[in-house]
Amino acid sequence: MVGLPARGKTYISKKLTRYLNWIGVPTKVFNVGQYRREAVKTYKNFEFFKPDNEEAMRIRKACASAALKDVAAYFTKEHGQVAVFDATNTTRERRAVINSFAKEKGYKVFFVESICDDPDIITENIKQVKFGSPDYIDRDIEEAMSDFIQRIECYKASYMSIDDEKDRKLSYIKIFDVGSRFLVNRVQDHIQSRIVYYLMNIHVTPRTIYLSRHGESELNLLGRIGGDSGLSPRGLKYADALAKFIRGQNIKDLKVWTSHMKRTIQTAEALGVQYEQWKALNEIDAGVCEELTYEEIQENFPDEFAMRDQEKYRYRYPKGESYEDLVHRLEPVIMELERQENVLVICHQAIMRCLLSYFLDKSADELPYVRCPLHTVLKLTPVAYGCKVESFFLNIEAVNTHRDRPANVSVSRKTEEALQTVPDHN
Amino acid sequence: MLDNEDHLLENHPRELTQNPLKKIWMPHKNSHIGHRRVCMTNCPTLIVTVGLPARGKTYISKKLTRYLNWIGVPTKEFNVGDYRRECLKIYKSFEFFRPDNEEGVKIRRQCAMSALNDVRQYLSVEGGQVAVFDATNTTRDRRGTIMKFAEQNGFKVFFVESVCEDPEVIAQNIVQVKLGNPDYMNCSSEEAIEDFMERIKCYETSYQPLDEDLDSDVSYIKIMDVGRRYLVNRVVDHIQSRIVYYLMNIHITPRSIYLCRHGESDLNIKGRIGGDSGLSSRGKEFAKHLRSFLEEQKIKDLKIWTSQMKRTIQTAECLGVPYEQWKSLNEIDAGVCEEMMYEEIQEHFPLEFALRDQDKYRYRYPKGESYEDLVQRLEPVIMELERQENVLVICHQAVMRCLLAYFLDKTSHELPYLKCPLHTVLKLTPVAYGCKVESVYLGVESVNTHRDRPENVNVQRSTEDALQTVPAHL
Repeated sequence: MVGLPARGKTYISKKLTRYLNWIGVPTKVFNVGQYRREAVKTYKNFEFFKPDNEEAMRIRKACASAALKDVAAYFTKEHGQVAVFDATNTTRERRAVINSFAKEKGYKVFFVESICDDPDIITENIKQVKFGSPDYIDRDIEEAMSDFIQRIECYKASYMSIDDEKDRKLSYIKIFDVGSRFLVNRVQDHIQSRIVYYLMNIHVTPRTIYLSRHGESELNLLGRIGGDSGLSPRGLKYADALAKFIRGQNIKDLKVWTSHMKRTIQTAEALGVQYEQWKALNEIDAGVCEELTYEEIQENFPDEFAMRDQEKYRYRYPKGESYEDLVHRLEPVIMELERQENVLVICHQAIMRCLLSYFLDKSADELPYVRCPLHTVLKLTPVAYGCKVESFFLNIEAVNTHRDRPANVSVSRKTEEALQTVPDHN
Repeated sequence: MLDNEDHLLENHPRELTQNPLKKIWMPHKNSHIGHRRVCMTNCPTLIVTVGLPARGKTYISKKLTRYLNWIGVPTKEFNVGDYRRECLKIYKSFEFFRPDNEEGVKIRRQCAMSALNDVRQYLSVEGGQVAVFDATNTTRDRRGTIMKFAEQNGFKVFFVESVCEDPEVIAQNIVQVKLGNPDYMNCSSEEAIEDFMERIKCYETSYQPLDEDLDSDVSYIKIMDVGRRYLVNRVVDHIQSRIVYYLMNIHITPRSIYLCRHGESDLNIKGRIGGDSGLSSRGKEFAKHLRSFLEEQKIKDLKIWTSQMKRTIQTAECLGVPYEQWKSLNEIDAGVCEEMMYEEIQEHFPLEFALRDQDKYRYRYPKGESYEDLVQRLEPVIMELERQENVLVICHQAVMRCLLAYFLDKTSHELPYLKCPLHTVLKLTPVAYGCKVESVYLGVESVNTHRDRPENVNVQRSTEDALQTVPAHL
């Protein structure tokens, strides 16, 4: 990363890391500020960052080196694929050090510079994320604001933006004014191209994303997975309750998305507004297990059932899909969600787990077990570096469709052990 | 509607009906609320190229148009040079383009206006979604006129500027596409090049590139040095974002793309569709011949891609080099018809079989996919193919039809009937504004799996009529 303080570098670093991990590219952030906080237990004031503070300069340089060392360890020992080096890196000298380091180790380097001179944006930024920073925990707001602004001044004198002439051999993207303009230079490969596409689609405009499953379906009641059934009477009630809830939220320009399956469309119909159907939002294809109960799967395909419990994320149903496949097909949905503002997505259990995992940074191990009960709306609001979640159960009873991982996942397990965690159904 | 259907609706106002062709669920009465096609644009978009002659504007226009049409966004390009050739019939020399040639300037302005009129017709009347206005548009004044036109008609504008000062690239460009141009049909190469260089000079003095400050409110992408650097300003919607992503991934480095199907499979021999069977003995023979063919071609750094189905992987295994498996390259999912013969489909699902013949592109197998779905799932493959250089894609009949249709600019009507026989490699080489195709049959016999559209596509047709075009099998 490159840029003065309060230009969104950490926001971008964390978000990009979350996205890359979700699409299956092992990525980690290395925030040099954190290394500094480790080294200098208590932050006094901006004087630490004065360019003539030799002691501090030494510490800061040491922290950057320590972080780079950890980057190398992440790549060689932990099978990382992408490391995000989150620091100001505002001088050519510092960037040259990074380039040498990378060259020596055989890593590709891609710079992401954030440039912004809009005082409103910077102030908002400071309010959102700096006041809560460990550096300012015991200060009052005015003190913190004043100190931080002076901190920025310390960097300004020596700030050398990536130069379009001198640095024309480097690979980089410059983001101006929170995404209103971009300069992209020498994208070398697929992952850099994906990173650029992602960075060009995200925005910071406040908005809310609502995630919900379809109302309870006829097959849900029977404990059968998949299929394309309609809503049960309780499911229809939920659709009406959802309509009421959404109206009560008073959302500006809400977009509504459904899958191509009957149950999500029936749910959307109750809202009385336009909605868009996405095939990509269809429930996971259970292949030969479509419309079976778990009991029937255990009876007919006990090995498959066990293997799924062993590794639910990567397991692919015969002639069907895996959660890993789902993430791949949902990527364009996530990209478009990033572009949009207020959206309600009416989808399915496995789909909702994947989408939620993206927003809440869940690992591949956690993802297939994330709780997404019927008749419950999740309201996601971006805040600081993450996402606030509010859960609204709309008070219409429904079956539970959540099956936890049983204790015994061995292929030689007994039927009772396999069916230990199957939820009740008709 | 019958009385009892009305009654049904009273009790179940949200009864849905499934469109028999695309299997899309819609409200019964098709009310104004409800199902809306996944639409990428709210209002039409006018893409405007900007740049001196020989900067690749027409190349970009045609390629972008081809891509957008393939992903289902009705797009058309309007090349002002074509309008000028219509108007002028005979091109004499670069003098026509001199800025002080009043007659010339008047004609050129008229041609631009005429083209814009046709743009308006296409976007407002004919249902087009994107129009690509291909001309130099090198002055701020001209661009201002276009923006005003767009505003009056409710079109969004997105500029694509190509800037290049590398004399080698420009010379190569002139040789590739200008020498064959109607303007220079009766000139020697040297004469043509000389004249064209003078033509470029006519534009240079008045060229006002898009400016970061003066044009800060305008949506554009500036492509510098054939894609080494990009400046992107104010992307406002989904389609512009997709266009930018596409433009940033294409390149002009010479390369070849090889497309072929897996070797003949056991299910192919039996005349059964879909499934995940292995290669027949002839199929294995083909794989060996494919290996020899590739060795002869002596391709530099060839990447090999397969689907995740046994038959493509078995084919690749014979090549003895690393390959990458893409689930997106899997054959079309025939849903309930998987592993059936056409005769069985006719027997069990005669209605479906007829619907498929009526609109093969949009038809979705029950619990399966349509060609339209395939295109959507293949889009990331196309994007990566654009980024890559030499690639061999070992895939399947329907998938190969979709990929080929992208490279050869086939319509959605033609696409499902493109001939992609087994044991035949297609070598695609980009040339000028399009793609050269060489078809190489590797000399190993196989069944024919191509089923033409029969004459009678009516749901009431007889069985013989339905099976009229089914190819022979065991």
